[in-house]
Amino acid sequence: MSNGIEPTQTTVEPSVDAPKTPAMGEEVVIRLDNVNKWFGHFHVLKDINLDVRRGERVVVCGPSGSGKSTVIRCINRLEEHQQGDIIVNGVTLTNDVKAIEAIRKDVGMVFQSFNLFPHLTVLENLILGPIWVNKTPRKEAVDTAMYYLERVKIPEQASKYPGQLSGGQQQRVAIARSLCMKPSIMLFDEPTSALDPEMIKEVLDVMVELAQEGMTMICVTHEMGFARSVADTVVFMADGQIVEKNSPKELFANPQEERTRQFLSQIIQH
Amino acid sequence: MADHSSARGAPAAKGSAPPRKTSFLNDQRVRGVLYQILTIGAVVAVGWYLVHNTLTNLAARDIATGFGFLDREAGFDISESVIEYSPADTYGRVLLAGLLNTLKVSIIGIVLATLIGTIIGIARLSNNWLVAKLSSVYVEAMRNVPLLLQLFFWYAIIGVALPHPREALEPVEGWFLSNRGFRFPYPVWETGWTLAVIGLVLAAVITWWLNKRAARIQGETGRRPNVLIPGIALFIGLPVILWALGGAPTAIDVPEMAGFNFRGGASVSPEFAALLLGLTLYTAAFIAEIVRGGILSVHYGQTEAAVALGLKRGLVMRLVLLPQALRVIIPPLTSQYLNLTKNSSLAIAIGYPDLVATANTSINQTGQAVEGVAIIMATYLTVSLSISAFMNWYNSYIALRGGRS
Amino acid sequence: MRQEERDARNPAYTHIEEPDEPTAGHPTQRVWDMLGWTKKHLFSSIPNTIATLVCLYLLWLIIPPFLDWAFLSAIWSSDTPDACKVDGAGACWAFVEQKHRFILFGLYPFDEQWRPMTAVVLFIAALAASCYPPFWSKWLIPLWAVVLTVCGVLMYGGVFGMTYVDNTQWGGVPLTLILSVTGIGLAFPLAVLLALGRRSNLPAIKTICVTFIELIRGVPLISVLFMASIMFPLFMPEGVTVDKLLRAIVGIMLFTSAYLAEAIRGGLQSLPRGQYEAADSLGLSYWQKTRLIVLPQALRIVIPPLVNQFISTFKDTSLVIIIGLFDLLTSAKTALADPEWRQFYAESYIFAAILYFSFAFFMSRYSQFLERRLNAGTRR
Repeated sequence: MSNGIEPTQTTVEPSVDAPKTPAMGEEVVIRLDNVNKWFGHFHVLKDINLDVRRGERVVVCGPSGSGKSTVIRCINRLEEHQQGDIIVNGVTLTNDVKAIEAIRKDVGMVFQSFNLFPHLTVLENLILGPIWVNKTPRKEAVDTAMYYLERVKIPEQASKYPGQLSGGQQQRVAIARSLCMKPSIMLFDEPTSALDPEMIKEVLDVMVELAQEGMTMICVTHEMGFARSVADTVVFMADGQIVEKNSPKELFANPQEERTRQFLSQIIQH
Repeated sequence: MADHSSARGAPAAKGSAPPRKTSFLNDQRVRGVLYQILTIGAVVAVGWYLVHNTLTNLAARDIATGFGFLDREAGFDISESVIEYSPADTYGRVLLAGLLNTLKVSIIGIVLATLIGTIIGIARLSNNWLVAKLSSVYVEAMRNVPLLLQLFFWYAIIGVALPHPREALEPVEGWFLSNRGFRFPYPVWETGWTLAVIGLVLAAVITWWLNKRAARIQGETGRRPNVLIPGIALFIGLPVILWALGGAPTAIDVPEMAGFNFRGGASVSPEFAALLLGLTLYTAAFIAEIVRGGILSVHYGQTEAAVALGLKRGLVMRLVLLPQALRVIIPPLTSQYLNLTKNSSLAIAIGYPDLVATANTSINQTGQAVEGVAIIMATYLTVSLSISAFMNWYNSYIALRGGRS
Repeated sequence: MRQEERDARNPAYTHIEEPDEPTAGHPTQRVWDMLGWTKKHLFSSIPNTIATLVCLYLLWLIIPPFLDWAFLSAIWSSDTPDACKVDGAGACWAFVEQKHRFILFGLYPFDEQWRPMTAVVLFIAALAASCYPPFWSKWLIPLWAVVLTVCGVLMYGGVFGMTYVDNTQWGGVPLTLILSVTGIGLAFPLAVLLALGRRSNLPAIKTICVTFIELIRGVPLISVLFMASIMFPLFMPEGVTVDKLLRAIVGIMLFTSAYLAEAIRGGLQSLPRGQYEAADSLGLSYWQKTRLIVLPQALRIVIPPLVNQFISTFKDTSLVIIIGLFDLLTSAKTALADPEWRQFYAESYIFAAILYFSFAFFMSRYSQFLERRLNAGTRR
């Protein structure tokens, strides 16, 4: 599981200050309606209700084991929820393979441990999805891949293997890999937790840039600096429930719930 | 798995379209069930086809199916048997005799291969260059030549190179080596000997109990009573006393020449000797590699840590290295035991009457191929599964005693 | 992970018995210091000295007589066995001289034996090429297709003016190679399916695969060969016959596939879950995921165990003697049936053993080399 709260996290501030009022639409692109999930007898998600609008940047935080990763893993069906509805871009997640395919094509995901394919070069990692899932012609896929590699500032690493890159570079490749699928929604599952402190910033910079362009994002992270400067909404989870949900300004300055207060004070103290 | 969701429709949420309807064939669960039905269907169809053909063919050849033939008279002799057997006995009995022969060679082979294998495995790690090199030459030579070739070789050595019984080698008075096998003196079995064996078992049980007691006392007082000396005393004393109580029988049956062959004493047939030798030497090479790997797998830091605690060399081995190495060694060792047992079926090639050989003769005589092969397979499967069940139990026992998690 | 790698390269870890070996300093001194080396490795302590002396004594007992038998007093060439039957004669290599064509090629028509010879040479050349990692590329597949076709044409004949030779006349080394290569080659795809099936979350498919694998692994190869040779004819519809060679190949294939499947399953299990999840999150289908992500990685991990399985299968093919095929071991044994030469079993078996050994030993060294190379390569 996630390693809880690290002392260095609040000290890292993204270099670019994101504009506070983005072009957030009214359209709800992700709706979680009374979602419940059990691992055996363990109730991991309890009545989760969450609406995410187009262009909204949501940061999910909370102590380890609170179910925050499970929530976003349910959104692209890496985990199956047992009760309630998850609707993504108007498609309800059921056992229907076509629905799952459609959602996965449109929802990118970045993992804590990068999960690049070690047997493929960076470029091959990037064009795999477009070629096999989106049926893009190879040349076009390569062009797109190079464009995104430039965006994450490592075009020169295209022909290397993931094992030859640093953690920060790998995570940037992973972000580019998701972007190559041209998703309308990006999920980040603790993208900086496995990184050495000096590499966190380079990954956060890429994420901030993405946020500024109006990408719909759900980020599970402990980077409170990132949440403060980029997020439209911060969701605080504990024990499988959404305890509190508010704009970062409100939530940090004026937490309504005791548990949120405790959590925030623990993070900020260090 | 309880399924609460699949049938529920989407709520009429603003901003979200109604769920797309696609064919029910796109449902993951439906597909899963479908794939399984298709697979089972294919397997059943192929199976049915084969059974159907077999039945047709058997009918065409006038062969009755079923295991009734097991009660019929076998009519052929086998060269050796653990139980009483004569050609007048049934097929059932000849197969039983074969199975017991398989078990006999396997069990003795497993014990010997473990001993030799362990010694060679440790020798390969020796500081002594010569010892280490010789052991690795042994391992490479044994592992890279087919077992069957080795069996032929040993069998030929015994059959061709050793002299006829009349000129048998006699390295020790009364012990004869010839191309008819190995003959040696054997005590005439009387109550005293049975009691001596019981004494050995008793000694083992009591020593085990003493060991437990010693551990308990060490736990309570910090001092561990000596077990070694009472243990040795028990192992020597108990059998001797019981043997004396049983009348102290001393009669020994010494083999002697009578006509063209020996009479008296106990014997080991050339087939058994070749098979045992081949199986043991071959498997020992594999066991040696497993033992070596197991010892190497224990990190050197473990020895350093144990020595730093002030443990003596022997204790380091017993308390720290062995428990960790055993956990690595036991699973592959189990599969070597299974391999040895299965390889004992090569007996048929040199004429040792094991299960496969007796079943093969039965098949040839009765034409009951399906039943014969089924009996062979079922028996080996049972033996294999029992050995692996026992080893799994032992493995978890070791893991509980000496393991993390 | 980097820590593990360092551990694996740490000499203290891999050679725990010699932690105090002088690591720094003067390599040349170590090479030239014979006396020091001897003392350290052979006479460092009293038990060590005793062990050395015992070994030397054993070698003294075995080596000189063996050398005398195998070389000094050996009869290297003779048309009749009589030369070997004199007192004091050593190994009768004349036997091998007389019978080597039979041992190598079995009952293949004598005048046509250049064909199996060429096939074997071609085959071994192709194998050697495939063993060399820089040659690993897509063109190995057509190369093998061509080589195997040419071998097949050479063996069967019937075209290009070569007489037709039925596969019942094949024997010796070519047959052993054919059995092992086709056996393992056909077993491979089946093994991949079985390994995937065993990891499937569909209970029926999993059960079928587990049952098959455990059933085959629980019984000896002989019983599978028996099944193939005795029961196979019963399985076929009336009038259909399957030749002996094919039956043996099917038996070996079924047997090998169960063991291969377990090796491949090991590779599948060692893949981190994240790889599956990343593939899923890109929207790849099950078969795309398996083909593009899972198998390329899993198979790379299991190359060394695959090579070891190949060695096993190669040695196991010797069992076909029991169902009456004429492989290398059978021909070595049959060569002894000549009453004139019957007593030279040691020469015959040693000759066959050397052939088996050289191939198996080379392959096992190769597997070790691959293992080191894979460990030294990327992070895993």
